[in-house]
Amino acid sequence: MSSIEERFAAGANRPGLDRRTLLKTLGVGAVGLAGIPLLSACTGGSGPGASATASKSLSFGSGSSDEVPKAGYKAVTDAFTKKSGITVTTNVVPHNDFQNKINTYLQGSPDDAFTWFAGYRMQYYAGKGLLTPVDDVWDKIGANFSDAMKKASTGPDGKKYFVPNYNYPWGFFYRKSFWAEKGYEVPTTFDALKTLSAKMKADGIIPIEFADKDGWPAFGTFDYINMRLNGYQFHMDLTAHKESWDQKKVSDVFDTWKALLPYQNPGALGMTWQDSAKSLGDKKSGMYLLGSFVTQQFTDPALLADIDFFPFPEIAMEGMDAVEAPIDGLLLSKKGGQNQAAHDFLAFMGTAEGQDAYASKDPSNIATAKGADQSKFSPLNKKCADVIAGAKSISQFFDRDALPAMANNVMLPALQGFIKDGSIDVKNLEAQAKSLYAAQ
Amino acid sequence: MTTGIESPISVVGGQGAGRPRKRRRIRLLSRTDKIVLSIMVGIPTLIQLLLIWIPTVLSIGLSFVRWNGLDLTDIKAAGVANYSYVFKDYPPFWPAVQHNVLWLVFLAVIATPLGLLLAVLLDQNIRGSKIYQSIFFIPVMLSLALIGIIWQLFYQKDNGLLNFLLGTAGTPQAVDWFGDSDVNIWAALIAATWRHAGYVMILYLAGLKGVDASLKEAASLDGANAYQTFFRIVFPAMRPINIVIVVITIIESLRAFDIVYVINRGTNGLELISALVIQNLVGEGQVIGVGSALAVILLVISLVPIVFYLSRAFGKEKVQ
Repeated sequence: MSSIEERFAAGANRPGLDRRTLLKTLGVGAVGLAGIPLLSACTGGSGPGASATASKSLSFGSGSSDEVPKAGYKAVTDAFTKKSGITVTTNVVPHNDFQNKINTYLQGSPDDAFTWFAGYRMQYYAGKGLLTPVDDVWDKIGANFSDAMKKASTGPDGKKYFVPNYNYPWGFFYRKSFWAEKGYEVPTTFDALKTLSAKMKADGIIPIEFADKDGWPAFGTFDYINMRLNGYQFHMDLTAHKESWDQKKVSDVFDTWKALLPYQNPGALGMTWQDSAKSLGDKKSGMYLLGSFVTQQFTDPALLADIDFFPFPEIAMEGMDAVEAPIDGLLLSKKGGQNQAAHDFLAFMGTAEGQDAYASKDPSNIATAKGADQSKFSPLNKKCADVIAGAKSISQFFDRDALPAMANNVMLPALQGFIKDGSIDVKNLEAQAKSLYAAQ
Repeated sequence: MTTGIESPISVVGGQGAGRPRKRRRIRLLSRTDKIVLSIMVGIPTLIQLLLIWIPTVLSIGLSFVRWNGLDLTDIKAAGVANYSYVFKDYPPFWPAVQHNVLWLVFLAVIATPLGLLLAVLLDQNIRGSKIYQSIFFIPVMLSLALIGIIWQLFYQKDNGLLNFLLGTAGTPQAVDWFGDSDVNIWAALIAATWRHAGYVMILYLAGLKGVDASLKEAASLDGANAYQTFFRIVFPAMRPINIVIVVITIIESLRAFDIVYVINRGTNGLELISALVIQNLVGEGQVIGVGSALAVILLVISLVPIVFYLSRAFGKEKVQ
């Protein structure tokens, strides 16, 4: 899950900071905060220059602090130790902290291997020389992955840095029984989606469930319309700011979206994705575009079995080739590159064996390696896996593909404004993008 | 350091007797005293320097550069680009300024007088006064998480108390107190008042206890009614507290942050400068240059009223 998602997946009202800590910090002077990154940056020297010997141990930094993924990674390290005799010391850090402090973490004394995401967030640190390329690992595990996965694991210099563990697709989720009862059919084109939505609205239900109080869920709609309208490559170039925001292609995305706005839940700005999931479960709304983690909210097995999903319909380009499916996996730090055991650990993660070990504890995500055990998959999981396997290209979600500041500080409020009254200022988006990307 | 210790002592010593005595007093400061005093003065100075002045100066410096926070060699001079970005290109900035002003006006006009009113009422020796005081003060002590939950219960769209009382819960007419950007600032202000009034109340209660009862007596002997007694006699007599309250109200409204943060992290109609500072400096959306520029802007805005009031307060005391 992407950072903001994870942050709020835990609960609608998860406070990031304790009030007292905050006031203390603010009391010191809000201005003082600015000094913190600098001071901490000063303390971070380069990693210790260990020799490249084949050691029998490695350290592993994990931001997967929630119970289920934590148990998943423990199963992986246990299986790895059992197989190779190499001991793994795992340092689990609460995931918000892990993500927020990644800059200082990588410059200080990072663990050999650590959990991270594919996409811009990986490429950025690769470009800064803070990661070790793992082409040697990919020589061994390359056959286990689809081309889309390989593409997603490659850094800006063409070398491979990332080893995928699992991912989860974004698509429209709906209740099979409800649709059968009302006679709705899965739309494969955008026009069909609009027709279906109009029909649902006439039936007195909210056609497309939508929640954007937290700001990030709207990225999913934007990404899909953009990719279906302008293609995967344009999405990548736009998020990397190789394409300008101030152009017709971008305005077209918003114009197309405008046709859907009347069908999306008008209360979106006050709702969290958990609220929306409930509304979908209660048959108050017809369908919901979200990541497959939405199923976590359906604790009733009968209800869960009634949930199905379909990919975002075709609009103008590339059919339904591109799928938004954020990938989580492992990276090697600069220091970890000198430890052969860490390379071996990443190679293990890239096998069906390693991913099965993870999935044994966390079955809600889709393993990425070919040959991973699918026998325990629910039909829905299997469908998710098939959609990902059939994808020609995999995007990572806007806040992983773009500069995080562009996503959080610019697009998030801009999309909230768009949802409110359908207005967007692409000129201003471009002005902000120019300034923010220049700072990197 | 020696001069720092000498001067206050010399004033004390010089008051009653002549020079010889003053000298003897100074010798009374043993080596240990000097070390203790140096530590007592030195450590706070150091902490102040380390935690306030150095970061402040660094922030001001950082607001004129572009930096990704990684390598010191990545720092690039940017001139006033960060400021022009904030003023011209950053859409949440001006709404944030407006909201801060609104916050200040609301606290000054509604919340602070409400706190004063509570204090005056609870000062009347009514039965259970202590219990009421505690109840009104509780919000000040609650943690951010609890405040979030409490107001969520009030404001929720479909099953919140407020919409239930209005009879609109679960209907399409239900007001979306947090999601509707036209009303959520008011919802947040009510929550802020709930806290601020308790804070002001406690301070004024202390102030009212400090007012000499004979003043009130004298006023009533002169035929002043309760209203006149309060506004002509008691309120002016609480001048030191009033200054504290004014400064607190201004500071609270400038650093208002936690309530909007807990609602939706200061987006969609709840933008505040401090929330923007946090958004730009902490975590993933970190843009050090822009965040520092916002922090400096906030600092400058805060300095104006604080310097004004403090200089007025201390200036008048000197005259007296």
